[in-house]
This record gives sequence, structure tokens and C-alpha cells, in this order.
Amino acid sequence: MVESSKVSIPLKRLAAAGALALAMTALPASASLGGDAASIQADQVHMQGTRTMRAAGSYTVHEIQGENGTKVREYISADGKVFALAWNGPWFPDMKQILGTYFDQYSRASQTQRTTRIRRGPVMINEPGLIVQIGGHMRAFAGRAYVPEMLPAGVGAESIQ
Amino acid sequence: MTIFNKVFIAAVGVACAFSIACGGGSSPAKANVIVQTGQNVAPIVVNAGPAASLSGSQAFSYANGAFASVTVCVPGTSTCQTIDGVLVDTGSSGLRILSSALTNVSLPQQNTAGGNPVAECLTFLGSYTWGPVQTADVQIAGEKASAVPIQVLSDTAFPVPTACSSSAPGPSADTLATLGANGILGVGPFAQDCGNASACVTTGSAGLYYQCISGSCTSTGEPLAQQVVNPVALFSTDNNGAIIELPAVSSSAVSVNGSLVFGIGTQSNNALGSATVYGMDSNTFSFTTEYNGSPYAGSFIDSGSNGYFFLDSGTAGLPNCTDSTGTPTGFYCPTSPKTFSATNEGTNGTSGAVSFTIANADTLFANSSDNAFSQLGGPSIMGTPSSSNPDFFDWGLPFFYGRNIYTSIENTTAPGGATPYWAY
Repeated sequence: MVESSKVSIPLKRLAAAGALALAMTALPASASLGGDAASIQADQVHMQGTRTMRAAGSYTVHEIQGENGTKVREYISADGKVFALAWNGPWFPDMKQILGTYFDQYSRASQTQRTTRIRRGPVMINEPGLIVQIGGHMRAFAGRAYVPEMLPAGVGAESIQ
Repeated sequence: MTIFNKVFIAAVGVACAFSIACGGGSSPAKANVIVQTGQNVAPIVVNAGPAASLSGSQAFSYANGAFASVTVCVPGTSTCQTIDGVLVDTGSSGLRILSSALTNVSLPQQNTAGGNPVAECLTFLGSYTWGPVQTADVQIAGEKASAVPIQVLSDTAFPVPTACSSSAPGPSADTLATLGANGILGVGPFAQDCGNASACVTTGSAGLYYQCISGSCTSTGEPLAQQVVNPVALFSTDNNGAIIELPAVSSSAVSVNGSLVFGIGTQSNNALGSATVYGMDSNTFSFTTEYNGSPYAGSFIDSGSNGYFFLDSGTAGLPNCTDSTGTPTGFYCPTSPKTFSATNEGTNGTSGAVSFTIANADTLFANSSDNAFSQLGGPSIMGTPSSSNPDFFDWGLPFFYGRNIYTSIENTTAPGGATPYWAY
């Protein structure tokens, strides 16, 4: 994974550009996983964050550092779709914001107990078309989410970090 | 495999250079001594927990939950209630009690400087807790803390804000049927649950604290002294940490009795002794577990996790258990028990080898009367070490069987080195 470029995008300038993009294309205010790259801007505004971008072969990774210290990395394919997310930091990101249209599926799956005995450990959601994994403990959480069918050719789940 | 064995042996050699406790290395060579008496000693029990007595389909038996009794009093009075079945959790800090369990005391509500009631949203893995912050005098064994902010768990005292429920990975755990306990006694390595970051104290962007005006709650900053706090940190003595002492469990047991001992090196019954101190990162409260030559830098010891959660099915060579639809349940189901070796490394330079065994969770659970399982495990989130998102070994309650495990609290003084640390 070679970093070919690293760009820092300040929030203020982005907020203006994002507003323009929203006005032009009527993007949903919150759509991240599975959405268009422009939805990242909505996330950045929502998180009051700063954003850096790096290219990694067939995709790019946009990392938003939220005001509360939690970092969210959004993986964008060559055709401009968010195919995966990863995050870590002291607090959870707004799952509804970053999962977008996948939030309802995630929410349903996370309320399904699949064992006879309760499990207190990492969240492991393994649904058709959606993987979500969250672990850690108070003040140090990490997680990732991806749509297996959307992973670019040659990109494995181990790249989503 | 040959290479791995060499690494393992070398790691043990390193451990011995630092520690006088490494003779056994893995499974404790001799039974750990469990303190039974003292004003700083609270009995704990691993059993089915209080949800087992619920009626009908709501009843369930907890697996690998260590429970204690906690007494809460209206501050400055002798109006008290003892709550049993409170889960002892070294992975969080602060006392949380079900509203439905507080039947005999009415605790005062904490308000903001502006006079508005304060509530809290706390995200756990797979669930969240919501409810008002109230104040109590807390007594556990012979230890007392005055005017302790605690969280009272209730979905109805104040309506759950969307911002709380939408960030959470799962449903609220504010009833006995959803929490499986009457409360959580968080005795983790941090003093407060949120801390002194501006996201906690000033802006409220951490999303933990809310002020409620006319029945509508919005996030707010919460001064450090008002935050829900590890009650041990407010004890007048023995306030630098706690020790969980549980006997070894060979495979499964119906119940296991042990002790929660307060203080480290403050009494004759809580000396560090020959335990090795593993310093932890004071920001992430994690240390490194090295496995097969790779570091897992987000690792932690957590009595509130009910298994060993580590690697993934492929890396561990352990099949996932699956439900009737073929979906992984989050536990491992090997055809026969498999033993692993790893090395824990403290930030203070200590290291020590650990070995543990994972058995088939479906087989373990087949005996519905058992509640303690020393060989229960499941996958972690990534299975591979990573620089940007450190993966972890989650050393859950099975790791505590047969070990006395010390959790020191940040910003305190304790023997053995800088806090916070774990020692065992």
C-alpha cells in the first residue's frame, strides 16, 4: 500500500464546497457506506472534523479526524463509491451518519442474539452484503464496516483498517 | 510452527529476566491464594446472575459474569439499599444501577450549574445504557465513598435522545432482561468514565453527558468532578485500585466464588507480592499482546468481556460457531480444544507468556446449568495487526480464573511502578 498523495482539506473551505455540491446534486445529507464520495463531505461537516486523503492503488482513503478525537476512514473506489469504513478513538462515531442506508440493517442485526448464552465481547455483524465489526473498551474503541460485494478487485478485508 | 515455538521460548526467557513470577509462565503453576476476610474484601460469585430468576422467556443465565453486592444510600443518611447481582467490570469505570432495582431508596438527581437534570448515554459493545445521573453514598464491603455520581439506568426517566440510540451498536441495556445484571460496577483503570478531554468537559461532543430541558435532552459538557466515577477512587482508603481473585476452573462450573479486594499494597491482604506489573498506555488503557511474531497493540484485560476474543477464524485456525441460518455467532467452535500461546508486554518493558485453551462454545453451552467457562472464546474484529487501527486480544473473564489480577487506577500511587497498570 503506497501513499502516492496526501492532501489536507480544511473544514471551512470544504463546508462551502460541500454546500455547493449538495445544492447541485441533491445528495442525501447523510449517506456514507455505499454512497458517493461527496457524502464524505457531509460526514466531515457532521463531525466538525479535518480531513486528509491518500491514494492506495485502486482506491483512496479519506480520514476525518473528528472534534472529539475519533478518526473515521472512508474507502473510495475508482468509481467514486464508499465501499468501506474504519474508525478508532475514544468514542463511537455516529453510526447512523456513517452507515447511511445500511444503518437499519446494522441496527436489526445488532439486536439479534445468535447464541443461547449472552455474549459480551466485540460486535460481529455478518449479514448478506454487510460486515460490521466493533471492539475495544470504554475510551478506546475501534471498528470497521464494509460491503463485501463492493470491494475493488484484489482488495481484501485486511486492507480495511 | 517450529519458528513460532522458538519465538515463544525466547519470549519466556525475556519474561524471566524481568519477572520473578514467570516460573509457570502460562497456566498458574500453583493455586492462587484468595483473600477471604478484611474490611476491604467483597465476595464475588460467577453464576447465572439475577436474570435467571426472571419469568418465562425473559429468563436467561449469564455466562462468565462476576457479580458483587453494592450498597447505595441517600447521601448523608442511613437510608440505604443493598443491590446484589451487580456485574464487576474492569473494562469500564463508574457505578450503574437499574432504576427498576432501586426500589427502596430515592436518590437525588444531579443538575447542571443552570439547574437542568443531567443524564448519561454510555455506549458498550452491543448495547448502550441511558438514564439520569444521581448521587449516592456507596458502600462495598467495609469501604465507603460519599456523594458518588452514579448512572441510574432507565429508558423512561428521560426520553432516549436519537443522538444516543443512533450511535449505539445495539439496543439499550437498561432492564434486567437486557443487561442480565442489576447494575455494573466499573472498576477500570480510569477514574471517571469520560475524563478531562474538552469533548467530555466542555463541548460534550464525546456524546456521554446530556442536559434535559422540558423532557428533551441534548449533549453537554460535564465537569470532571460531576462525572460518573469509579467509586474505588473515592474511597477514603484502599483507593488506588482493586484485585479480582477467582480460583482456577478446569473447564466449566455451575458457580465460582472469589473476592474483590480493594487497594493495592495498602493492607496486609492486598500486597503486590510476586505479581508482574504490566504498564498500560495512559490514553488508550491498552497494552501489547504479541502473537506469532505480530504485535496487537490495543490489547486489554476486561472482566466484563465473557470470553477470550482474539484473532479471526482463519488466523486462529478455529471454526466459527454458526446459528441455524449458518451465520457466525461470535464464538469459536473447534472440534477439539486448541491451546494458544501469546506474550503480554507492558509499556514499562515487562513481558510474560500466557497460554490458554479454546473449546467448542456450543458444546460448553450444551450443559445449561454451567455458568463459568474457562475455555470460552471468539473472534476479534480484524484478526490482523494494523498500524492505523490496532487490533487487540481481549482478555476476558476466563483469563481471571486461577489468577489474582490487579487493576490500578490512573493518577494514583501504587507499588510496582507508574499507574495505570495491570498486574498478575
